[in-house]
Amino acid sequence: MSVATASPTRPAVEMLGIQRHFPGVQALKGVDFRVRAGEIHALLGENGAGKSTLMKILAGAERKDEGRILLDGEEVRIGGPTDALEHGIATVYQETSLAPHLSVAENLFIGRLPTTAPGVVDWRELRRQAAQVLERLQVPLPLRARVSELTIAQQQMTEIAKALSHRVRVLVLDEPTSALTETEIAELFRVLRDLRAQGVAIIYISHTIEEILELCDRVTVLRDGELVGEREVSTTTADELVRLMVGRPLVEMFPKEPAPMGEELLRVEKLRVRGRQTEVSFSVRAGEVLGFAGLLGAGRTALMRAIIGAIPVESGTIYRDGKPVRIRNPQGAIAHSIGYLSDDRRRSGFAGLLSVADNLSLASLPQFSRVGLLRRGDERRSAEAMVRTLRIVTPSIDQRVALLSGGNQQKTVLGKWITAGVQILILDEPTRGIDVGAKVEIYRLINRLAKQGKAVILLSSYLPEVLGMSDRILVMRRGAIVAEFKRGEATQEDVMFAATGQHPNAQAQGGTSR
Amino acid sequence: MTDTQTAHATAGQAAIEQGEPYRRLWLRRVLQQLGPFLFVLALGAALTIASPYFLTGTNISAVFVQMSVIAIIAVGQVMVIITAGIDLSVSTVVALSGVLSTMVVVNDHWSIPLGMTVGVLVGGGVGAINGLLVTKVHLPPFIATLGTLSAVGGIALLITNGQPIAAPTSFDTLGDGHVGPIPVPIVVMAVVAAVGWFILARTTLGRSAYAIGSSYETARLSGIRVNRVLIAVYLIQGLLAGLGGVIVASRVVTGDPSAGANYNLDAIAAAVIGGASLFGGEGTVIGGLIGALLMELISNGGDLLNISNFWQDFILGVVIIAAVAYDQVRRRALEKR
Repeated sequence: MSVATASPTRPAVEMLGIQRHFPGVQALKGVDFRVRAGEIHALLGENGAGKSTLMKILAGAERKDEGRILLDGEEVRIGGPTDALEHGIATVYQETSLAPHLSVAENLFIGRLPTTAPGVVDWRELRRQAAQVLERLQVPLPLRARVSELTIAQQQMTEIAKALSHRVRVLVLDEPTSALTETEIAELFRVLRDLRAQGVAIIYISHTIEEILELCDRVTVLRDGELVGEREVSTTTADELVRLMVGRPLVEMFPKEPAPMGEELLRVEKLRVRGRQTEVSFSVRAGEVLGFAGLLGAGRTALMRAIIGAIPVESGTIYRDGKPVRIRNPQGAIAHSIGYLSDDRRRSGFAGLLSVADNLSLASLPQFSRVGLLRRGDERRSAEAMVRTLRIVTPSIDQRVALLSGGNQQKTVLGKWITAGVQILILDEPTRGIDVGAKVEIYRLINRLAKQGKAVILLSSYLPEVLGMSDRILVMRRGAIVAEFKRGEATQEDVMFAATGQHPNAQAQGGTSR
Repeated sequence: MTDTQTAHATAGQAAIEQGEPYRRLWLRRVLQQLGPFLFVLALGAALTIASPYFLTGTNISAVFVQMSVIAIIAVGQVMVIITAGIDLSVSTVVALSGVLSTMVVVNDHWSIPLGMTVGVLVGGGVGAINGLLVTKVHLPPFIATLGTLSAVGGIALLITNGQPIAAPTSFDTLGDGHVGPIPVPIVVMAVVAAVGWFILARTTLGRSAYAIGSSYETARLSGIRVNRVLIAVYLIQGLLAGLGGVIVASRVVTGDPSAGANYNLDAIAAAVIGGASLFGGEGTVIGGLIGALLMELISNGGDLLNISNFWQDFILGVVIIAAVAYDQVRRRALEKR
């Protein structure tokens, strides 16, 4: 079990000058990060600020280009996840890495089960050791239960217990509370405070500011791959943290050109997604770009997928051009001229083994065929034109989409919906993971679509993007729309306060709450 | 987390755009198509040198007749595999189709063309059931068709009491007849291959099948009627297995409830040797034909050179493993980019 050897003030972990470069993105620009033993240290930043990359480097899941990692003052090499564990660094990710069909006890000691003879598990010893670990956590987990039978909170505790069963000195938690209830969060905090008292260095990744203020001792803020501030929690305020986090002014990156607004194209009334408790209402007009802001898991993607019939709707009505419609599946949505660009481009955006041309026509096959026979001439001409218009960089329209760069893949997916000629286009994180140049091109396309009288619904976790491109911004939190802002009315702080449920001053509630 | 993963993937792709010349991509794709074909040519050349009997009209004709049933079934199997599915039921469908088509002719005095049609349609029926099990009951294709494999085999044995049914000699046209100088099975194979190629390359059904195999969710969110496409594909495979069964019965003029034992894995092997990927999204009819031809050449050459059947099985196994290993390596290279 873990014994912290360092004095409480000396850093247990020092990451110095860490750089990581991805094509088109400098994910980390020489970050220094220090965590002491026996403290809970928050790592704060927007999506894409570099938090996860930094922690993956520490966990050995990602390599660094430059920089050094010191544990208790000694430089260490972390070549892979096993190295990290051997150095006592354990990470609890958002998705658990447990084996669902095995028991809690087995999961705790998987890969190093105690044995009586080679290959024969000593079950009694296993349960004794497992009980010992849980004793330290003061959490009553059913040792014999299968992990799949546990609640999410219990699974997370199992993950933490598993980390502790190694000799852990540094425990990293990546957004651990996103799926927990209030009581479960309180329980988690108690456990983390206990561990802190035992001298473990805890790194707590979150963008819920109230949690950080409640739980943590110090906080490091990253923005765009750079360290922008390190504060003692006792001397900082929510205001200051949000400003540090979003800080930068709206740069010229967002070439928003307002388009004339027309009729209402889509209205959603009291829509409840199956399995959710909240109802959502909103509408969008021709020529309008409607932004949806919110943290990951706020329910935006589920809402949109429900609207296009990809997941079931419990209740509520969708009006298209003022008339109520029932959309049962994605082809129904397309029939009503609604397209959805998925947030997971690899899994549900493009078909990687198919060519650029085949991907571009994928949502318009009826348009490019007669009695089921493809009109390949039309299809290819349309694809050639789309590749030119969107400036998709590809050696030919016959190139497989899997072989294009992220930005060109995304342009191809967007081109698919433009080819389909939909009137309402839902863009879910359209610029995630693509380089800056391609981002700006996608923003220009959004402008052009709006000018053509289409309605664009823009979902983004990247605040400057939603603020920069939208005519109107809705903020979602825990499945509900909690604020609405007109263009220019809101600052990043306002939106972030609404999205995190943090309202330090009355101004932040300036929008109409629903 | 996802953004760094994507960024990671983007790394390789950007490298391609900047570094890898298009020529090499093109060459790689041609090699994928041509690899097995060149192997067939090489094997053919070697056999021509090794045996004076190989490159004779009779022998070549025999090779094509021998491969025809597997090739016909392989065309369907290619389609199923393209959707990232598999159909294990074809071998007992061959048996049931042969048994039923001879049975209605012998017992119920139906005309021979009608009997043969019954055989084909029964195959289609089993295919449709497979399709429904996969789409509506959400069974994995492997399990669904493993189930129908056994169930259909049971039916074939039940209705015949396990005894072969002797058909009238005129039942032999499909298997033994000729169109001009060309044996009928070869003609049927050519027609099936042409239609199969057309479906895959020129119809929305074919395009949808590739899309589903490459990314099911993408296809679904793009408005493709994924269930319909999958049912159609399994139905086609069933019809082709039924047709194969009728040809087999016609060739031996018997409805044998235990016929077709090897067709299952042979058809899958042919598809895979020809470049169809069991992960879906890739495969061609011409590849399936080349795969079937390669397998037949191994067997034919083995016979001509007096290599024992045991060795032939061994060699075939090595070829299958080599072909799939090649596919895997190629795929991993593709994913790394």
